Amino acid sequence: MSVLAALGRVILGLFAAIGRVSIFGAQTLSHMLRPPFYPREFALALLNIGWLSLPVVGLTAIFTGGALALQIYAGGARFNAEAVVPQIVAIGMVRELGPVLVGLMIAARVTSSIAAEIATMKVTEQIDALVTLSTHPMKYLTAPRVLAATLVVPLLVAVGDVIGIFGGYAVATGTLGFNAAAYIQNTVDFLQLRDITSSLAKGAVFGCIAALMGCYFGMNTGRGAQGVGRATKGSVEAAAVLILAANFVLTGVFFSL
Amino acid sequence: MITLDDVHKSFGSNDVLRGVNLHVAKGTSMVIIGGSGTGKSVAIKSILGLVTPDSGTITVDGTDVTKADRDAFLARFGMLFQGGALFDSLPVWQNVSFRLLRGSLAKPKEEARAIAVEKLRRVGLTADVADRLPAELSGGMQKRVGLARAIAADPEIIFFDEPTTGLDPIMAGVINDLIREIVTEMGATTMTITHDMSSVRTIADHVAMLHAGKIRWTGPVAEMDSAGDPYVDQFIHGRAEGPIEAVR
Repeated sequence: MSVLAALGRVILGLFAAIGRVSIFGAQTLSHMLRPPFYPREFALALLNIGWLSLPVVGLTAIFTGGALALQIYAGGARFNAEAVVPQIVAIGMVRELGPVLVGLMIAARVTSSIAAEIATMKVTEQIDALVTLSTHPMKYLTAPRVLAATLVVPLLVAVGDVIGIFGGYAVATGTLGFNAAAYIQNTVDFLQLRDITSSLAKGAVFGCIAALMGCYFGMNTGRGAQGVGRATKGSVEAAAVLILAANFVLTGVFFSL
Repeated sequence: MITLDDVHKSFGSNDVLRGVNLHVAKGTSMVIIGGSGTGKSVAIKSILGLVTPDSGTITVDGTDVTKADRDAFLARFGMLFQGGALFDSLPVWQNVSFRLLRGSLAKPKEEARAIAVEKLRRVGLTADVADRLPAELSGGMQKRVGLARAIAADPEIIFFDEPTTGLDPIMAGVINDLIREIVTEMGATTMTITHDMSSVRTIADHVAMLHAGKIRWTGPVAEMDSAGDPYVDQFIHGRAEGPIEAVR
């Protein structure tokens, strides 16, 4: 009986958490749509989430694209299908690896940063100070970050897709003996508009999840340094799991239905 | 001007406020004293709406704070937080003029900066501090910047939460004198939370002692020493022996 009770508590807790996050998300959306707006905070968020994430996104994508080319070539060689490297690298990067890896990198870099920053503001009473200065914390902190991430992560995914494909191209033409012009032609011919739109749509959803989790855990932090640490860790875990779950759902929506 | 009527607030099983009744008259300086964890900060945060009381009413000029227009209501207040609560990412002048750069009180940037520099000068800081980040300032300077921010929009009501905590006695004296001067010249209504008896004697017109979630004693600061209340007497003399348990 105690096992059932414990299981019940876990399930109730899970649904309660989903409810709280949903309400937080709805409130964030509401604050995005109603003035006052904070363009400076939005611009800073665009810079931090977008521009400053480019190096980590680029490095992740280029190594992944290169490794993907090597794996496909080695795997394809077992049944004389080495020639499919350009097509599989392109589809693999654009449909799955590009958005997912960029999403996870954003969760590691941006979600943690947002959660730690907002949680520190909370425990040092900066959030209370915002309220006393007639500024709604969700409008000033949450809405600009979530909006910026939702808009800029698709661009990062697009950049990651291109760099990942280039990584595969560099390895294939540099070490596997592929013809450069034929590689590019095969890549372009094989990709469909649906592949690209799904990639960008995933980027938008993953960006929204990453920023929302950072803000949610930051705003609901416990006390002291331990609270900030827990909020940061929890935000990255939640963002990573939700990104992977959302990826599964979106893949189903775009490619199975 | 500010009235708390039978205000209760609990956090889980911890009953912090157990029926607080307090009146602060317009233009006076009320100092709330009491041991750590007795609910002084919760009482002040309840007035500002940062904490929602479980029951009871809080009115400012007769208007229930829960029914007042939020922006207009908060525009009447300034607050100095215990740790300063300065925004790390903004330079000092933008911290001071935060309210003047946004919302209903927004002014042009140059004007807001000029007001910030003037308020910094009022709390004894020079203009070169204006462009520094809060992390580059000492604790005493951060308190003064917090004080400048609290008075930047010339509020009618100012709250000071432990204004001298963590400061050396000389800097504490400077802050106390500044608060007294500013309150007198602005004619503001103020509430201060402190454990520092020198602050109480410098800042207060009236004193209220909060103990066990209720106002134990309140009266003019001149009558505090002869209050005849053993709790007040123990607290203001800092004695370990008495009705207030030293181990809480």
